[in-house]
Amino acid sequence: MFAEALEQFRIGSLGKSGVVTGLLKTLGGRTDDERAQLGPQFNALRKDFESVIAQGKAEVEEVDLAARLATERLDMTLPAPEAPRGTVHPVSQVMDELAEIFADMGFAVAEGPEIEDDWHNFSALNIPETHPARAMHDTFYFPDQMALDGKKMLLRTHTSPVQIRTMTSQEPPIRIIAPGRVYRSDSDATHTPMFHQIEGLVIDKGIHLGHLKWTLETFLKAFFERDDVVLRLRPSYFPFTEPSVEVDVGYSVVKGKRVIGGSEGWMEVLGSGMVHRKVIEACGLDPDVWQGFAFGTGVDRLAMLKYGMDDLRAFFDGDNRWLQHYGFNALDVPTLSGGVGA
Amino acid sequence: MKFSLSWLKYYLETEATIDQVADCLNRIGLEVEGIENPADKLAGFLVAKVLTAAPHPQADKLQVLTVDSGDGNPLQVVCGAPNARAGLVGVFGVEGATVPANGMVLKKTAIRGVESNGMMCSVAELELGDDHDGIIELPADAPVGMAFAEYADVNDPVIDVAITPNRQDCMGVLGIARDLAAAGLGTFKPVEVPAITSSYPCPVEIRTDDPEGCPAFYGRVIRGVKNGTSPDWMQARLKAAGQRPISALVDCTNYLMLACGRPAHAYDLAKLNGAVVARRAVKGETVTALNGKEYTLSSDMTVIADDSGVHDIAGIMGGEHSGCSEDTTDVLLEIAYFTPERIARTGQALALTSDARSRFERGVDPAFLDDGLALLTDLILKTCGGDASDVIHAGQPPVERKTVVYDTARCVALGGIDVPADQQKAILESLGFEVATDWTVTVPTWRRDIDGWADLVEEVVRIVGLDNVVSTPLPRADGVAKPTATPQQSLERKVRRAAAARGLNEAINWSFLPQKEADAFGGGSWSLENPISEDMKVMRPSLLPGLLSAAQRNMDRGASSVRLFEVGRRYLADSERLTVGIVLAGEKTPRGWATGKAAKFDAYDAKAEVIALLAAAGVATDGLMVLGEAGEHYHPGQSATLRMGPKNILAAFGTLHPATAKAFDLDGTVIAAEIFLDAIPAKKGAGFMRPAFTPPALQAVTRDFAFLVPEQLPAGDLVRAIKGCDKDNIVAVRLFDRFAGQGVPEGQISLAIEVTLQPGEKSYGDEELKAISERVVAAATKLGATLRG
Repeated sequence: MFAEALEQFRIGSLGKSGVVTGLLKTLGGRTDDERAQLGPQFNALRKDFESVIAQGKAEVEEVDLAARLATERLDMTLPAPEAPRGTVHPVSQVMDELAEIFADMGFAVAEGPEIEDDWHNFSALNIPETHPARAMHDTFYFPDQMALDGKKMLLRTHTSPVQIRTMTSQEPPIRIIAPGRVYRSDSDATHTPMFHQIEGLVIDKGIHLGHLKWTLETFLKAFFERDDVVLRLRPSYFPFTEPSVEVDVGYSVVKGKRVIGGSEGWMEVLGSGMVHRKVIEACGLDPDVWQGFAFGTGVDRLAMLKYGMDDLRAFFDGDNRWLQHYGFNALDVPTLSGGVGA
Repeated sequence: MKFSLSWLKYYLETEATIDQVADCLNRIGLEVEGIENPADKLAGFLVAKVLTAAPHPQADKLQVLTVDSGDGNPLQVVCGAPNARAGLVGVFGVEGATVPANGMVLKKTAIRGVESNGMMCSVAELELGDDHDGIIELPADAPVGMAFAEYADVNDPVIDVAITPNRQDCMGVLGIARDLAAAGLGTFKPVEVPAITSSYPCPVEIRTDDPEGCPAFYGRVIRGVKNGTSPDWMQARLKAAGQRPISALVDCTNYLMLACGRPAHAYDLAKLNGAVVARRAVKGETVTALNGKEYTLSSDMTVIADDSGVHDIAGIMGGEHSGCSEDTTDVLLEIAYFTPERIARTGQALALTSDARSRFERGVDPAFLDDGLALLTDLILKTCGGDASDVIHAGQPPVERKTVVYDTARCVALGGIDVPADQQKAILESLGFEVATDWTVTVPTWRRDIDGWADLVEEVVRIVGLDNVVSTPLPRADGVAKPTATPQQSLERKVRRAAAARGLNEAINWSFLPQKEADAFGGGSWSLENPISEDMKVMRPSLLPGLLSAAQRNMDRGASSVRLFEVGRRYLADSERLTVGIVLAGEKTPRGWATGKAAKFDAYDAKAEVIALLAAAGVATDGLMVLGEAGEHYHPGQSATLRMGPKNILAAFGTLHPATAKAFDLDGTVIAAEIFLDAIPAKKGAGFMRPAFTPPALQAVTRDFAFLVPEQLPAGDLVRAIKGCDKDNIVAVRLFDRFAGQGVPEGQISLAIEVTLQPGEKSYGDEELKAISERVVAAATKLGATLRG
């Protein structure tokens, strides 16, 4: 309505036969003096009309838009389309964290087969067939006819054979970590027949127990992102290290849960030691030149200690609800600058 | 290895408390697994007197007692023991006490309607023995009200130590005492070996015919023994060590083993027949061992036998037939040295473990045969009486004194602790090593584990204490930091996170499968000889069965949608290959206010995942071929492979075969995919530089084409043909419509295709556009397509 009236007003004033247009037309019949006097006045009049009409138009558009928007209202409380949330398994996340921490210390990630032969898994690690330590390993074996080059095949019981494979395939100095699946014929509330370990190995000149201690301290502090991680080294025995050292880590109790850091109590977290001379020899290196250390620990266990899961069996159940709860966002990539914990 | 503190103190003069002992044990590598004080278990159990006993009104076998436990306030107690009677002094568990045998907490209760407060206890209930025929009867003058633990004098903590396989010498209390003394906890009191007077020659011939398996076999006879029960002090120590007392003779041999780490055996002489010989078993020979089981022996096992047969699986377990019994009066004692490797093999072959085996296979002290025999003889003579014969020495134990040339500087070089030479010497000597002035170190006979200088470093640092190791930074590697992950590892990480970013959840499934599932997925090459169960037998040839089982478990738990993936190895005959498995089941999207009904997954969802993940892995997916032969576990009409060239299969995907889904108890359509990461060719090291590129100044133009094609023509072929017909101009080809029905002849379909053209220096003229269109139409025509008008 207003828009129409405005248009009528425009035609009546500024249109071809409008009043203002008419006035302007009369200028042609005037004297020079009159034109000089009336011309500017008439033109100013035209501009005023134009401006009033433009303002009116703008107001009309504003009102129209408001009216249209009023009809376009959405209920913004309605749910938006949901994208499914994917997750990275805590074991993978922790392995990435470990790779990141050790990369900073110059450790590369090494791998080896899970279906191993008994030379790499035992003999080369100074565990001969009659060694009582073999019995501690609850090994899964493959039948004799699967033997390779006369060596009995088995599922590796630890990641330590990767030490052997690394030392026999690359020249020292060596700094590696080797994460992966390992297997023991054991199944109860706290043991699963398959679990994850990570192995570390340094072979160089002049490496001693002090370097081992520093490396483990640095790793555990970085992993748990705490300065108060305290280590207690205890003598122990592994056939492939000498001296052998079991590493306890101090914990404190927070809301009834054991949390790494502090020293209210100790828990056994790592096995380690200086690589046994016989192992270095078995890999074709001169133990009078090269020495170093090795360590191993459970990745699943590290994950539980850091992120608070209680039940190891749930790691391998693939329960959506568990994965959604304990899993990690794809973009939580552990980095040194952003922190290795998510 | 368990032992009581008092037993330890028999060999170690020390004022140390139990906690100090435990700390020291941990520090020197003898890990304490537990400390238990029997007195703790008996908290709340008191010496008490039964004042009155009357029949229970409701039950014939029960009595109602009043019991005085010393506080002048007698309590009513219902008791079922036949020996309960007025005047009896026994052990009373008060309200709140925990019964050691069953963990029951005593509380006020009503038994058949009669109130009962606490309990009069049997020997079995307090775990003091097996007798549960009645309640404990103490002497009438036992002080009523006294804590029973105090009365029974059981306040003697028991330490449980985990002995590592290298330390056979610590499988006896004596060795542990020696280690503790070396660590400064007290003074070692070596055992005094008694002189035995023998009055007659050994009447039994003893020989070793298997010097390899049994280099030495010493023995003697003791006549006129009385095999009753062993003395209380011995029983107490054995029980603390977890060894049930059996009879005096057996207890004496067990005592020697636990005290000195030295197994021995006592035969009932009356049951032997002729010479007693260590020899190889005859293949197929059998013996019934002391555990009551029969073992069939092989010719590489050593046995002790006489004229009538085998009496002992040498070094592992004695035979039932010639074991000592109550009636035994004459015994033959055997103390031998068996070759550790032989014992280990025999034990493994027979799957027979014993305390003797664990000591012999770790290597007992070869210089402790005569002393051990003297100690055992002395124990038996004192406990059971009798007369000892002379000793027969058959063979020679391998007593060679090992020497190690040592350099004290090695201690800091390997152990990282700088220990003065004289302190190192003192430590080694206190452990029984002999140190010559030139640092030639002679190893004690009981330390079979020592065979090099590194062992000596270990001895020194463990006694000095690993707490003294100074943390020393690893030197930083020279040069520029390089990636520490291999290209394959980086690829694996990218694919994993890409999958998670696409809404899939990463699972980790067992590497092993039931036979049936492995067979359904191409068959496994690796079957375990000793699986933990039939469900975990075959190494997986595919990741899908594990994911399908996980999907099924989720569905059973009420999940409406399952999107799982796993990155892991599949195990083929020749190698382990890195693989991604994906399973999608249930709803793709739930019902929604905007979208209506829930949508199901279909085969194209699998294709989308596969292409996205391959792209994340750096594969140029545009160039891949879509072919068949995904595998028998897929729907034959709704599955395919993606290949790089005709032979290299990068992925298989599609709808799972309904029969396979059914085998996993999955209802409805299940979508699956496998990406063979091992098949992705390694990227060539092209450096960081990208090919030069400037965004074109001129805008791209699109042209649409609609073709009628034979319905069996794969749409992908048409797209590929068009894409290839003018590579200078055509930069993208997209199929945007597919239609059959009205207006389209029978047996044909209509495919609409959008072609994107990118002009170079100058815009296309009409002539050029026409020429390009003609090339597109010609390429399509070759495939049997006709342009729609």
